Amino acid sequence: MKLREIAAILDATISCGAERLDNEVEMGYSSDLMSDVLTLDTDNLVLITGLVNLQAIRTAEMADIRAVVFVRNKKATEQMLELAQENGMCILESPYSLFKSSGLLFQAGLKPIY
Amino acid sequence: MKLTYNIQGGDFTHAGHPSSEVKKVLKQLGIEGKTIKNIVIALYEAEVNVVAHAWKGVVDVEIDENKITVLVNDEGPGIPDIDLAMQAGYSTASDKVREMGFGAGMGLPNIKKNTDELLIETEIGKGTKVKMVNYFS
Repeated sequence: MKLREIAAILDATISCGAERLDNEVEMGYSSDLMSDVLTLDTDNLVLITGLVNLQAIRTAEMADIRAVVFVRNKKATEQMLELAQENGMCILESPYSLFKSSGLLFQAGLKPIY
Repeated sequence: MKLTYNIQGGDFTHAGHPSSEVKKVLKQLGIEGKTIKNIVIALYEAEVNVVAHAWKGVVDVEIDENKITVLVNDEGPGIPDIDLAMQAGYSTASDKVREMGFGAGMGLPNIKKNTDELLIETEIGKGTKVKMVNYFS
């Protein structure tokens, strides 16, 4: 699924990486717990999270995750966006809950990791 | 090649900076992506442990032709029971650490999973030394 489609489905604002919206991701993972994200062996995925802090971006960086959706209408800080930009990530911000965001993307064909 | 970084206890803003730098260096050296991911995830988890539990720490990285050795030495409270700390789900992390998205008791087990060799030495009231080795395939 293209990041562009994910943004449209989630009614999301693109706050970083608009030039990467045609990139494809196959799978999604929803978690507010970065410890769990760091245990994943997959990397072509979009992380959907309500944890909006610098460590969410750092975690994505270490785990080779190229796209992050912040849900529940949370906004990434300037510092987070800088780090995301440095690492070539796409950052989306959706007004929907974690449950609704995950459900909509699953319904649209984004695959779960497990 | 040798690299050294300092870590301050409680400083979540800079947690991940050493891992990020090491990642860039390994990429430049042309190390395989999966191996880089294993190394930086292990180092990042170790960094978060220092920030979450210790007062301060030092990361020493040595990159040889066929392997990378990462030492994370901290001055901190030490780990009273390493076997218990190695169990997935066991954690003594504070609420603040949990708010940052960590403290689920996954750190040490995940470091073990991502390294080829892991050695932990700890002294109560003094600190902990973590040695991690990964071989380049």
